[in-house]
Amino acid sequence: MSIDTTPRQSWWTRIAHPGQFTAWTTPWLKPLAVVTVLLFALGLWFAFFNSPEDYQLGDTVRIMYVHVPTAWLSQFIYAAMAVSAVGTLVWRHPMADVSMKAAAPLGATFTALALFTGSLWGRPTWGTFWEWDGRMTSTLVLLLIYLGIIALWRAFEDQLRAARVVAIFTLVGAVNIPIIKFSVDWWATLHQPASVFRPDGPRMPGSILTPLFVMLFAFTFLFFTLHLMGMHTEIKRRRLINLERRAAERGGAA
Amino acid sequence: MTGFSAIIMRDLRLALRSGGDALTLVLFFVMIGVVVPFAIGPDRELLARLAPGIVWIAAFLSMLLGLDRLFRTDHDDGTLLLLRSAQTPLAAVALAKMIAHWLLTAVPLIVATPLLAVMLAMDMQGFMRALVSLLIGTPALVALGAVGASVTVTIRRGGLIAPVLILPLAIPVLIFGVGAITTGPGPDQSGSALLLLAAISLITVALSPFAAGLAIASGED
Repeated sequence: MSIDTTPRQSWWTRIAHPGQFTAWTTPWLKPLAVVTVLLFALGLWFAFFNSPEDYQLGDTVRIMYVHVPTAWLSQFIYAAMAVSAVGTLVWRHPMADVSMKAAAPLGATFTALALFTGSLWGRPTWGTFWEWDGRMTSTLVLLLIYLGIIALWRAFEDQLRAARVVAIFTLVGAVNIPIIKFSVDWWATLHQPASVFRPDGPRMPGSILTPLFVMLFAFTFLFFTLHLMGMHTEIKRRRLINLERRAAERGGAA
Repeated sequence: MTGFSAIIMRDLRLALRSGGDALTLVLFFVMIGVVVPFAIGPDRELLARLAPGIVWIAAFLSMLLGLDRLFRTDHDDGTLLLLRSAQTPLAAVALAKMIAHWLLTAVPLIVATPLLAVMLAMDMQGFMRALVSLLIGTPALVALGAVGASVTVTIRRGGLIAPVLILPLAIPVLIFGVGAITTGPGPDQSGSALLLLAAISLITVALSPFAAGLAIASGED
């Protein structure tokens, strides 16, 4: 741990320094990973051995324990990116840039996983891998937006300038999130409507709800762990680029 | 003359005197309509059924293709830097450029729509609907395009990135644009589709100048 030499600064300002941020968050990394592994072990045990088959869907109901958490993350990560984007634009917080950049590939991966597990689930239950249903289409659009954001990050050479521009685009693309959320209510075609977070309580028995929630937390903690690691990697990458640039300048001067 | 109208006039004059660009875009628009019958066969009934989709795809692609010119040349010759220090706020500058861009790219396309209508065997009613839906929907395409163009303007070889960014966001425009033309089986919903298209256009045109202005301001320093 580094020594705090500026006692009057708040922690919010202090973690703006990449070194301080890394020092402050490194001790969190291992506990987060341990919690993730434990939650996955518990969740998978519940999902495979300690939850009933559905009376209609049979064993395929177990796909839900992967499908719902990845789909939840696909939207949660975008929300995290949008919050980081506000941090970049309003406070110009350097770690918000890094958070935004580290989240984009994770979001794309989890969205792709949600679509993939959804199509695996759809084949035996709906009889089709893909249907142009409201929620599927809007999730596909979300994946395209993620990929566009990644492409935009890669197109810029100066990452500091890229951050603000990407932040603006991230906030523009955020209009898709409510569309995904309410797509099942607006276009009632194939995907079932919300059945867990409802005003009148969940529409599932506890035997299925428990593993679902454990898996939800497991995947969310997996994201926290990977996101933090991604941020650390991004900080190191930036430091490396700076060092290389400085070395090149010195080489040019000599 | 205020700065706002001066920018519109300047863009129009520049494009009209250098010529060519708007005509090339119209050519591209018509060519897509010509190529599609070769791809799917010259069956008049099938073409008439697909015509709304083809017209909108052609307009969509043409608008995306022309997107890069919205701010690119002004960024390259330094005009955008001067506009930043002008009294007119950047959002107003972006709106003025969007209006000029719409007049230069969308209006020629709409004027050329009768050609496509004849080649794709549309009837009179479908043609009128296509005209109205293009007239109402293209401002939304320009508005979204302005966001994409302003975000990518500082990237030196960013020509392809802007369409890739904007395409997923513009899908609703495509859905309701085509919906406003087609009278499919079941009850006629083209009226409500047209209203939704108008709503999308109004919202995007109202908000995108601010996003574009912000993007230009933060990308340039």
